[in-house]
Amino acid sequence: MEKQPDLVAKSRLIDEMSFKNRFIEFITQWEVILLFIAVGVFVFFNAKSRYFLDWFNLMNATFQFSEKAIMALPMIFIIMCGDIDISIASIIALCAYVVGQAALGGASIPTLIVLSLLVGTLAGLFNGVMITTLEMPAIAVTLATQSIYRGISIGLLGDQARTKFPANFGVFGQQFVPGTIIPIEFVLYLILMLLFAFILHKTTYGRRLYAIGNSPEAARFSGINVKAIRIINFTLTGFFCGLTAILLASRILSVRSNIATGWDLEIITLVVLGGVAITGGKGSVFGVFVGSLVVGYLKFGMGLLKLSGTLMTIVIGSLLITAVLLPRLLDLYKANRKLRMQA
Amino acid sequence: MADTPFKTMVRRTMARRELTLMVLLAVLLIPISIRSPLFLAPSNVNRILNDMAILAIVAIGEFFVILSGGIDLSVGSVIAFTGMVCGMINEAHPATSPLLLLLIGLSVGAVLGLFNGVLVAYGKIPPIITTLGTVNIYRGMTFLLSGGSWVTAHELAPAYIAFPRKTFLGISYLLWIALAAIALMYYFSQHTRTGREVYAIGGNPTAAKFVGVNENKVRVIVFLVSGTLCGLAGGLWTARYASAVNEMATGFEMQAVAACVLGGVNFAGGAGGIIGVALGTLFLGVVTNALPVVYLSVFWQTFVQGLIILIALALNTISDQRKHKRMLAERRA
Repeated sequence: MEKQPDLVAKSRLIDEMSFKNRFIEFITQWEVILLFIAVGVFVFFNAKSRYFLDWFNLMNATFQFSEKAIMALPMIFIIMCGDIDISIASIIALCAYVVGQAALGGASIPTLIVLSLLVGTLAGLFNGVMITTLEMPAIAVTLATQSIYRGISIGLLGDQARTKFPANFGVFGQQFVPGTIIPIEFVLYLILMLLFAFILHKTTYGRRLYAIGNSPEAARFSGINVKAIRIINFTLTGFFCGLTAILLASRILSVRSNIATGWDLEIITLVVLGGVAITGGKGSVFGVFVGSLVVGYLKFGMGLLKLSGTLMTIVIGSLLITAVLLPRLLDLYKANRKLRMQA
Repeated sequence: MADTPFKTMVRRTMARRELTLMVLLAVLLIPISIRSPLFLAPSNVNRILNDMAILAIVAIGEFFVILSGGIDLSVGSVIAFTGMVCGMINEAHPATSPLLLLLIGLSVGAVLGLFNGVLVAYGKIPPIITTLGTVNIYRGMTFLLSGGSWVTAHELAPAYIAFPRKTFLGISYLLWIALAAIALMYYFSQHTRTGREVYAIGGNPTAAKFVGVNENKVRVIVFLVSGTLCGLAGGLWTARYASAVNEMATGFEMQAVAACVLGGVNFAGGAGGIIGVALGTLFLGVVTNALPVVYLSVFWQTFVQGLIILIALALNTISDQRKHKRMLAERRA
């Protein structure tokens, strides 16, 4: 009986500690850190430039990163399974070429969209089938198809450009939602982002992606068709390359063979910066969303301050390394804390 | 010391791979030289070899990283940074000897490679992420260093520009350097303890650790080797192309990786050899230069390269899988 107050006090102590623990656990999540970075970016640039925190400017800036942010969504699925796709920029170029060529031949807007999506989907499917049937590493296969897809558009287009498009084609990439200052592209991104978040976090398919990423073997033995899911991921990514090609072509109304060059690494950077583990099995759509905003508005803000794009590449490169290094250091710190508490 | 069965097996398969590549190269060269007898003329062969020399140097560095189970995406940026350093030093001090410049490039490259290696080994950041970060950082540093401007041909000393073109026994210095790098790195990979440890770490990191291989040391060394060779390549690049441009060697990592894939290097790590990589580079060079001969526009170069990489990859994988199956069958028997 007399020991009871002691127990109560102890349990209260444990509760407090676990609250503190939970708080530390929460605050040291990469997504939360990223959110702080995002706030920091906004506060910093708002202090530096009175043009930064302006709704019109903020919305207009989304034109610069919406397409890449859209591509980052299906890339989450691929990286979640421990794969990688470095051919996406080339698929976008191939689709854009097809769109430009068909438009030159007088195709209507619906035809252009269908063609672009079809070509993208097939290119992605080819990647997926090559990777899974012969069991070749994704990075090697997509390195080859990167040259193949880009090579087709270079071979067919040479140093030419396609600049003839149907009258209203610019709607997708240039216009705003009627009556507002929100670009259609950005709205599309937000909708897709929510859709991908739902699939990844609320459906069986999403849980399977985590399972495959953590252990493909274990996933296979528990009855998941790993091959099929990986093929679907690559095909889905190809489909979105087709979509992005439409948006991009519509925004700049000009197609050259070097279109979207270098996007592969930029988009992978967005995904990894968003906290998705390159080895698979860890990450969230929300993290990638915040990561995309951070990168997008960093670029916009630095542009406003007339800082060179150079500094930007250094900042992004460093952020990327920090994104992987910091959680590891925090894990070490947490493990040490736990040890100390047990002692 | 007698060869272990494992060592003989490795040596045998490598010999076979290199043989396959040579046969393929010959098969490729016969129709080309029938079509255009001038293709195999000494001057053209010399031109192709000189074109591929820098890629060979970089591909060898990339080989060690892939051999250890990693990948180095930063090679293009390391070349750009070291090339810019060499170019700017040469501009400021035209009297600097070309050899000293190359030595400087090599050392700067070694430092950049070391940075990659330390992040991978001690920061435990996957190689692909580390070098994805540093490819941006090093490229940005190049811009910062140059302030966005170029070093053009007339700002470089004639002695420096002429250096790679000078010949000894009819072979250019550039080619001699590439050959020396191949020979040296062949020795390193086959006949030194550290070289063999790279194979061990790539083949089976756990087993390698149990027999006492220092994994961190090996991971640092492969990136150090890659960075150093890229530094050398950067110094040569500025001289050969007679300018140092901020965007130089962009995307060169893909070419280096492609040469490795063609040379039979396995992405899983632990398999492949220097001679294979050198032949892979040569193969890439022959194909690229043969396009006009078969009346294919140069615009199709990228496509053909990609197709060849994919075919080589598929052949490598299929032969690997067959070998694996055979080994399993033998073990069961």
